[in-house]
Amino acid sequence: MDSVFWSRVLTETTLAFHIIWATIGVGVPVFISLAEYWGIRTKDPHYILLARRWTRGFVITVAVGVVTGTCIGIMLSLLWPKFMQLAGNIISLPLFMETFAFFFEAIFLGIYLYTWDTFKKPIYHWLTSIPIIIGSTMSAVFITMVNAFMNTPTGFTIAADGKLMDIDPIAAMLNPATPSKVAHVVSSAYLTSGFLLAAIAAYHILRGNKHVYYKKALRLTMIAGLIFSLLTFVAGDISGKFLAKHQPAKLAAAEWHFETQSEAPLYFGGVLDKETNEVRYAIKIPNALSILAGNSTKTEVIGLNDIPKENHPPLYIHYLFDIMVAIGVYLALVSAVFLYCWWRKKGSEWNKWLLRAIILGGPLSFIAIECGWIFAEVGRLPWIITGIMRVDKAATTSDSVALMTILFSILYLILTIVALVVLNRLFKNQPAEAELENMPSQGN
Amino acid sequence: MKLEIIGITVLWVFLYGYLIVASIDFGAGFFSYYSMLTKKDHIINNIISRYLSPVWEVTNVFLIFFVVGCVGFFPDTAYYYGTALLIPGSIALILLTIRGSFYAFANYGARQSRVYMFLYGMTGLFIPASLSTVLTISEGGFIEKVGTEVVFHADRLLTSPYSWSVVFLALVSILYISASFLTFYADRAGDTAARELLRKYTLFWSGPTILASLLVFWSLSKHNPVHFENALSIGWMFGASFLCFCVAVYLMWKRQNLGIQFIFVMFQFAYAFFGYGMSHMPYLLYDYVTISSALTNSTMGWALVGAFIAGLFLLIPSIALLMWLFLFNAKYVRGEK
Repeated sequence: MDSVFWSRVLTETTLAFHIIWATIGVGVPVFISLAEYWGIRTKDPHYILLARRWTRGFVITVAVGVVTGTCIGIMLSLLWPKFMQLAGNIISLPLFMETFAFFFEAIFLGIYLYTWDTFKKPIYHWLTSIPIIIGSTMSAVFITMVNAFMNTPTGFTIAADGKLMDIDPIAAMLNPATPSKVAHVVSSAYLTSGFLLAAIAAYHILRGNKHVYYKKALRLTMIAGLIFSLLTFVAGDISGKFLAKHQPAKLAAAEWHFETQSEAPLYFGGVLDKETNEVRYAIKIPNALSILAGNSTKTEVIGLNDIPKENHPPLYIHYLFDIMVAIGVYLALVSAVFLYCWWRKKGSEWNKWLLRAIILGGPLSFIAIECGWIFAEVGRLPWIITGIMRVDKAATTSDSVALMTILFSILYLILTIVALVVLNRLFKNQPAEAELENMPSQGN
Repeated sequence: MKLEIIGITVLWVFLYGYLIVASIDFGAGFFSYYSMLTKKDHIINNIISRYLSPVWEVTNVFLIFFVVGCVGFFPDTAYYYGTALLIPGSIALILLTIRGSFYAFANYGARQSRVYMFLYGMTGLFIPASLSTVLTISEGGFIEKVGTEVVFHADRLLTSPYSWSVVFLALVSILYISASFLTFYADRAGDTAARELLRKYTLFWSGPTILASLLVFWSLSKHNPVHFENALSIGWMFGASFLCFCVAVYLMWKRQNLGIQFIFVMFQFAYAFFGYGMSHMPYLLYDYVTISSALTNSTMGWALVGAFIAGLFLLIPSIALLMWLFLFNAKYVRGEK
């Protein structure tokens, strides 16, 4: 196995690990802030406690996110030196700004954590949560811009001798992939964090914890969950149209779409016959791919047969795409059903099966995040920067990458285990009920 | 001013910032662990954790900022150093990961644990050791370009006296800077017992920092005579560094003005660090990469400078708020909040 292979494995492992914590890091502050604001507004201490307890868990996860983010940030130069050399020339501006955004977040997180009882007016403490949200979300935005650039590089030209000319850092940042990608990444991070917190609340209710505290937590996260899942849908739809226009190879590979045609059908699941390129056992939705690509059955969608074979991404990304979409639908349905039952005021939203479905939504939403990212990255193959640089031309030539891959994998495994143990102990030692007893009861 | 000078100055200032804040952090980890072993942890751990808790996350950012800025201003460095530093870089990353996450586990998790404290203390010594090798490598002789391939000679690095003297300097400096700052912090907190213990640590580690610096100079004269000559031509900076050192040690000895004392320690390292950096010019990697050869295109360079200035407008008030709340807020320092 060569250094290209191992560099890919190490990058994939690190990103797959980091994205879990990064997603929590981007999304959970929104919910902490929402809960604290609602608590102050309605003078309901339950929501304040919710914000406090979420924050306590959040700092553990954010720590892992920070250190693994440091890893991937520096690893890019170590594993892909030629890529970073080129990227440094064109797209280093958002990378640079990301460190500022993160700096901003880190400072205010420090302040937020240690000033719960410092200010006379609680709203001042809530105000310090806003920079955390801005910092963490902007971090995601800037990093996604770099990733968007890798998909649709713009803002420069290459002269005949290979020299980079006419560099425009702003055009590189605002490349065609940026709007759809940023929208999709941010909305799905909020959605996933919402379902993570909802799953925790649902788990406690299912186990028989009767306190209204948990119900408030679940209602809050489910309202936000439905909103964010709808936003994620819109962002996903925009992404589909973007792909059809700018990265037809990725879309065609994801949909097993071979012949360029209008009224293109969409296949869900199925098995591909590699000889004949026929799709079997799939759910076929007529015209749906054309609608996804351009809002009309008349839209012509470019098929893989019109793309040189050496530029085809791996075709297994079809399954990743389908899993991601299916989970997205599931999350929207579950939160919609919950809110409908709550609206009907018959108490049926506390149905055991519905609670179980919400709990399942927690891990599922993370699987969707992983599938989405692997789809986005593998779907760009064979390119590291579409049309400009191939993955195998970008990797380090060092022969120690395999060893480093093993070391980092062990590290991530240990971190996962320890983080889960610590989180579990943190909340078990100090159950919400114990803290609830120490406060005035109110607002049931 | 020329773009490359602005770029390297910005980066060097941030690296200096990292040197100070990371030293305080790394040293604090070591002192916590050491005092646990010698059963003195009840004296100083309060001080250490009260300072570190709100700021630990900020420390890492200085490092990332330096690396990202380096790739931005001087993209060629990514190519050379990226290839060469896979092993030392990865080891430093693994240690940083362990340190950061276990700090959070120990501090925000449910209980203190000896294993966490050990990891937290020891990584604080190994990280600077592995990071300091980057500066060593920049002196040349460890990276060679053979055809189109960049080759890194790890064996030469491990057997070089210069390399080891730099590691030694990094370790003792960390303990000295950290002890000096924590003495000041303990003094502000009115915690006499902690102050006295930390004062002893500071004085103990002050001598070795000078000894180690001399060692580095001596081995540099063997390893890279050109750089050594350049350093001699701005010898006054190193003299100024030594003067600041003397003032700092005197104040520490007399237990007077411990805040001013720490500022002199910062000046001691500022003079030495910028003296080192200036004599290193114009090379980023000796003989291969200079600040002009590696410089990015001017559009990107000025965009980065612009972003940097805008960023400072955001960061300086935020840092001021952080320091006002935790560093200069006597009530917080004393633990009343």
